[in-house]
Amino acid sequence: MIRRDSIILQTGEVTSLIGSELLTFIRFIGEMSASIFGALRHPGKIRRKETLYYMNVCGADGLPITILICFLAGMIIGYQAAVQMRKYGAEGFLPGLVGCTVVRELAPLMVAVIATGRAGSAFAAEIGTMKVSEEIDALRTMGFDPIRFLVIPKLIAMLCMIPLLTIFGDIAGILGGLMVGVGQLEMPLDSYYQTTVIWVKPKYFFEGIFKSGIFAYIITVTACWRGFRTGNDAIAVGRATTSTVVISILMIVIADAILAHFFNTIFFTV
Amino acid sequence: MTAAKQNQPAIEVRHLCAGYGRKTILRDISFTVPQGQIVTVLGGSGCGKSTLLKHLIGLYQPKSGDILIQGRSIVNASDEERRSIMKTFGVAYQGGALFRSMTLAENIALPLEEYTDLTREQIAVRVEEKLCMVNLQGCGAMMPGDLSGGMVKRAAFARAMALDPAILFFDEPSAGLDPLSSASLDQLILSIRERTGATILVVTHELDSIFTIADRAVMLSAATRSIIADGPPAELRDHSPDRQVRNFLKRGREPKPRQPNED
Repeated sequence: MIRRDSIILQTGEVTSLIGSELLTFIRFIGEMSASIFGALRHPGKIRRKETLYYMNVCGADGLPITILICFLAGMIIGYQAAVQMRKYGAEGFLPGLVGCTVVRELAPLMVAVIATGRAGSAFAAEIGTMKVSEEIDALRTMGFDPIRFLVIPKLIAMLCMIPLLTIFGDIAGILGGLMVGVGQLEMPLDSYYQTTVIWVKPKYFFEGIFKSGIFAYIITVTACWRGFRTGNDAIAVGRATTSTVVISILMIVIADAILAHFFNTIFFTV
Repeated sequence: MTAAKQNQPAIEVRHLCAGYGRKTILRDISFTVPQGQIVTVLGGSGCGKSTLLKHLIGLYQPKSGDILIQGRSIVNASDEERRSIMKTFGVAYQGGALFRSMTLAENIALPLEEYTDLTREQIAVRVEEKLCMVNLQGCGAMMPGDLSGGMVKRAAFARAMALDPAILFFDEPSAGLDPLSSASLDQLILSIRERTGATILVVTHELDSIFTIADRAVMLSAATRSIIADGPPAELRDHSPDRQVRNFLKRGREPKPRQPNED
């Protein structure tokens, strides 16, 4: 007989829990896809006011912190690389290294992490609180589809604003590297700019933007799914918010690894 | 309205069994609510009142049985049909469930914007009309967070009535209110019925409310998980054969039955 606290039972329980949560996630993605198609067929029914509100929250409000973090991240990469490169007299490659790293990886990733903390947690808390106060039930009994009503405006806002923030992050990150290159390594500004332009090809820029779109989708889906899965009390809302941040960041990193592999082996083999 | 439609019950529950997972909360529940009646569903805590309401308004799927709203099954309806049935009734939730990111007027205007072809001006007139009905005239610009408990309940009534539904469901309207606000809410429910002719189902355990507003009371029991009484509340209080029912409606003041060996 299996004891209550046996490891086998606990493993089974956890596995079953993960399995059932995964099922709800897949179901949520299905419902959301149906709502996206519905929104595409009837674009007039998209709630414009809410979409603009979330664009402001996710985009404009997040711009200063995004610029600051990406600038500093570019500077850090620049410093660390400069120290190593100087040993081999390869400082000339610094603009290319900083530019490519920022545009392909760092800016999309940093923007996604910031957006998870700012927008993702806010989405989960908002939907979770609405569930606790029966507002989601009210939407349903008024004949509304809660996903169309609550998720689509957030998704549109995120899909528009996160790639846009990534562009700002790209520029800020490159400027961070430039500060080190021009300030510390005393490279001429013009040469730094020219080297960056040669190394950072448009395809790398589009790779970063594409990734940021995928990350925006991941953050929105995870946050809204956790929000809808909230229990019926205030503690559950807190838990939903925490799990949103943890799951989103984990999924972003996994997606980034997969995308990095695909881009390097399939698209950019040469 | 045709004669057949007039005779048709507003709500009909047929052999409803409901629960969560393996747990059964309601067993073989059957009752009808004729058009224009005010019916209260009552019972002690945990008897399944809220569960019954959530099934009636189509939020939960029952284990078995059927629920007909104006003759249309909300249980077997497709998603699209269910949404169309839902537009024929209004629900006021216990905590109001007003959308906190919107003003009171926007809350009431929401279903009108979505489901009617009214112009912005016409919607504004309709919203003010609904606010007047619940004595909240001029409060349209207020946010739900700025309202008192009683005002939230009245605003929830106004939103439930936005599309002039034939049926209204009120979940614990007097819960958490002082006796005066509670009494004024009871009068409001009666005046809503008088002015709109709507069928109203109220889930409550407030005895004062039940005796003031209800034409009929349906009592649920946590022990049997079914209906143990159905009739006019005063009659149930005085003449119900079930002591539990009389005791509940007399606030526990029903004398204990004499034991056979007591002298």
